[in-house]
Amino acid sequence: MILKRPALPRRAGRTLSARDKYGPAVISVSTVLIVVFVIRSVIVSSSQWPRIKNQFFNLDVIIEVFPKVLHGFGINMAVWGVALVVIAIWALILAVFRSLTGPWFAPLKVFSIVYIDLLRGLPSLLLVLLFGFGMPALQIPGLPKSSLFWGSLAMISSYSAYAAEVYRSGIESVHTGQHLAAKALGLSQFQTLFYCILPQAIRNVFPSLLNLAVALQKDVALLSVLGVRDAVREAQIYTARTFNYSPLIAAAALFLVATIPLARLTDYITKKDRERRLQGAP
Amino acid sequence: MYKIDIEHLTKYYGDNLVLDDVNLKVADHEVVCLIGSSGSGKSTLLRCVNDLVPFNDGNIKLDGISIHNSEFDVKDLYKRIGIVFQAYNLFPHMTVIDNITLAPKKVHSRTKAESEAHGKELLSLFGLNGFSESYPEQLSGGQQQRVALVRAMANKPDILLLDEVTAALDPELIGDVLSVIKDLRKQGMTMLIVTHEMGFARDVADRVCFLDGGKILEEAPPEDLFSKPKNPRTRQFLQRIIESGRL
Repeated sequence: MILKRPALPRRAGRTLSARDKYGPAVISVSTVLIVVFVIRSVIVSSSQWPRIKNQFFNLDVIIEVFPKVLHGFGINMAVWGVALVVIAIWALILAVFRSLTGPWFAPLKVFSIVYIDLLRGLPSLLLVLLFGFGMPALQIPGLPKSSLFWGSLAMISSYSAYAAEVYRSGIESVHTGQHLAAKALGLSQFQTLFYCILPQAIRNVFPSLLNLAVALQKDVALLSVLGVRDAVREAQIYTARTFNYSPLIAAAALFLVATIPLARLTDYITKKDRERRLQGAP
Repeated sequence: MYKIDIEHLTKYYGDNLVLDDVNLKVADHEVVCLIGSSGSGKSTLLRCVNDLVPFNDGNIKLDGISIHNSEFDVKDLYKRIGIVFQAYNLFPHMTVIDNITLAPKKVHSRTKAESEAHGKELLSLFGLNGFSESYPEQLSGGQQQRVALVRAMANKPDILLLDEVTAALDPELIGDVLSVIKDLRKQGMTMLIVTHEMGFARDVADRVCFLDGGKILEEAPPEDLFSKPKNPRTRQFLQRIIESGRL
């Protein structure tokens, strides 16, 4: 007797009822909505709410300052974008210096270690103040005097130290067999790094690097202490004049609009990366 | 003159003596198998030959010239000796053809077209037609190991070092790799092979060396070494192999 293949894939046990299918989703959505509603009504019904609303969520104020804050936010994003590119390259160079072996490369290696130790050990704010106010004050001819430039450089220097360590962990995570194979084929130390080790290392640490990018996206607001008219500074200027904090909320909303999608993208790429590794495992 | 001449090779890992005054001569077109239990120094000996690991004392000569002699071009060493590892060590981010042509292009400055043509020729010779654009993880273990062999061959070496090339493979896939090695023997490749496949060693080797504790205890043609071993330690080792049904 020839057994016919069933037309539908066999289901384990009984078929799912509508309740089984949609129940969990309905329950999670409704409980979240109820909790939000309860919290909202508690807040709104409190006697302080009108004052809070006026101070923080004043729509008229927000509409009034929004163009300026948005323009400032453009500066934040421009600094972020440029810094990302420079950090990605500079940190890779630092990590490569640090991973070099051989007596001739000792100066580069020592430079990289000292650089990373120093800049990772200092608060970014301190560096921003030091570079942003200190360097223009020197009045050295030929060097830029813009605090935007020096502040950005401070952020780049600081974040490069972190990113270099992330790259380094990636370089060290590549199996020694890869070094052996490359050496046995006759590749030089640099060829081994560029063709064999770095492509694998960067792929391994890409999610961690994206995480740093998210952190940097908010930290560029530190430049506001230098008087750079970024989103935070613009909001602060208005706040100082009127004692209404709604512009800061507007700036906060802009930062969230930028960082949340990037954070989600990071999650997604991390997940894909984990799947890829599990698939590759023997 | 010998193809490979290993003289008084001594190597320590820390305080651990792993190679103790090893002497081994391999003639042109000769196939020598190294057998012995784990930790006997077989793989280390192999890696010393192409200078992958430094050694403490002794000398290694290729065609009569020491590899540490100033006359000896280091690039030449890697061109003349190919090595294949137990874990294949293919570059996972490169396609098969890129794995194979990397060294010919970057180390030996051959053109892309030339090295790819040679690579594809080798691939079809090793039964890997049509896999040139695949990534290593898409291949079976046996296929990956054959790609690793092709990669070692792409430099056009005249000596091959094989380090337990079948140890990580499914029993079903071992045959493919071993038959490829037998073909290479027919073509006159000089080979130094570390293996746990005694049957294969008996088939392919001109000479078998038994290593124990960093020394070559016995060295003989396979028919002699496997049927009438002289050293008691060799006898004990082979006895165990026979008991476990692997000979």
